[in-house]
Amino acid sequence: MRKVAVLGVGMSKFGKHPNRSLVDLFAEAFFEAFESSNIELKDIEAIYYGNFVGEMTDGSANLAGFMADEVGLKGIPAIRFEGACASSSVAFREAVKAVAAGHYDCVAVGGSERLLSAGTAIGTRALATAVDGVYEITAGLTFPGVFALAARLYSKVYEVPLEKLKEAMAYVSIKNHKNGAANPKGQFYGKYGNLKVEDVLNSRMICSPITLLDCCPMTDGGAAAIVASADLAEKVIDDPIYVLGTGQASAGSLFRQGKEMVKALSRKRSAEMAFKEAKLTPKDVDFVELHDCFTIAEIIALEAMGFFEYGEAWKATLDGATSLDGELPVNPDGGLIGKGHPVGATGVSQVYTVVKQLRGKADCNQLKNVETAMTDTLGGDFTTLVNIILSIHKR
Amino acid sequence: MFKDFFNALLEGKLIGLKCNDCGSYTCPPKATCNNCGSRNLVKVELSGKGRILSFTTTYVAPAGYEKEVPYVVAMVELEEGPCIMGRLEIDPEKAEKLGQHLIDMEVRVYGKEFPNEPFYPDKEKRVVPMFKLERPV
Ligand SMILES: [Zn+2]
Repeated sequence: MRKVAVLGVGMSKFGKHPNRSLVDLFAEAFFEAFESSNIELKDIEAIYYGNFVGEMTDGSANLAGFMADEVGLKGIPAIRFEGACASSSVAFREAVKAVAAGHYDCVAVGGSERLLSAGTAIGTRALATAVDGVYEITAGLTFPGVFALAARLYSKVYEVPLEKLKEAMAYVSIKNHKNGAANPKGQFYGKYGNLKVEDVLNSRMICSPITLLDCCPMTDGGAAAIVASADLAEKVIDDPIYVLGTGQASAGSLFRQGKEMVKALSRKRSAEMAFKEAKLTPKDVDFVELHDCFTIAEIIALEAMGFFEYGEAWKATLDGATSLDGELPVNPDGGLIGKGHPVGATGVSQVYTVVKQLRGKADCNQLKNVETAMTDTLGGDFTTLVNIILSIHKR
Repeated sequence: MFKDFFNALLEGKLIGLKCNDCGSYTCPPKATCNNCGSRNLVKVELSGKGRILSFTTTYVAPAGYEKEVPYVVAMVELEEGPCIMGRLEIDPEKAEKLGQHLIDMEVRVYGKEFPNEPFYPDKEKRVVPMFKLERPV
């Protein structure tokens, strides 16, 4: 297998875009990525595009060809990937595999989504298409609901009083909002940078014990990256970011996972796959961009990825281990909570942040001496999991 | 198929599968044993008894479910082992007051029909597994 690297990355402003289509949002991100890649359009051989619920938010499917045509990539293979919130991470991983295998030298990857403009009821129903469509949706289970169940179970299984856990969850919200408030492309730029624990606890109850400030927002936005063979990358740019390892795993309905849901076993499997391919361990990772769709989700993710023991990450969070100046900075761009979550674009937006951080060119909260980092994207209730390890080192 | 499961539920019966290879139960039914993947399965009626593993009072509903809020979604571990998702028959305010104390409480499963919504796979009716607390609270 060949080594693979990332050239340019791009991201639209995240937020509300009532007057811009899925195509518009992707194109903006694509051209930012393309223009910093020092290649010609004809060098791009395929487009791998992530979108989750275009059918419900925009009445539009069959989207990949429209993306390719819009940006002038007429006629090339264009494929849409759907893995709920992990859609563009699945697209990214498949692009990496196709380049590594020698099928292509250069692939454009990205995604776009318009959930905020769709409104809360349609947006909530659209997101709920990722739960079991027969046996769970009938009860009215929503995504905040999934993580509300997980939070209560976490409290019970690890014998952490719910009040204490809620404090740790509030800290995740405070931290990610603080990081996101500094992000000019984030949905909450300049907002919510100084939340207090009480603000999170007393915000509107969505699904007990998950409050509004425990949730990531609904978001419109797009993200893109250009993936190429390391050989091509080294010819055209000075600072390729190498893909050292990727992992992916799946799980069935939440009720089939049962009590094990708090262990997020699909994520454990995916992260282990990525670490094995990269020949690294969690200790080698300088920072993480992970899927904090809800505050409790960040705590569960940190444990399943192997950064903390099961039942320990809530404490580490309260101790500041995941802050910008902690031992493992988590979500320096604000994460889903602070930056926004345009579902199909989220995975590649994590890659965007990691690549810019590793190049020392972060839009905000530049970390010092970072060389290797990891993304984590969760689709559905642990149904699709993708992890990507990126580094300035080729190894 | 899901229809048999929900029709039985409306009659107060909980249908599952017993695995002839590993002895474990799968509920609702699926093509393979949820524990070992075997297809050597036999249809059985389960006790319908279980205990609450987790729950959440839902205040913001998806389109099609808005008229039902607030409602309490619960995941229940059945006596025979599998977990199922459904709704807890309880006043939401009471559920919030009880909080974590609701966990581990014993329940019995039955089925109840609710107004359908456009995307639900069963176009004829939408049945929800309901959990009734065995002892009043
Ligand atoms: Zn079996």
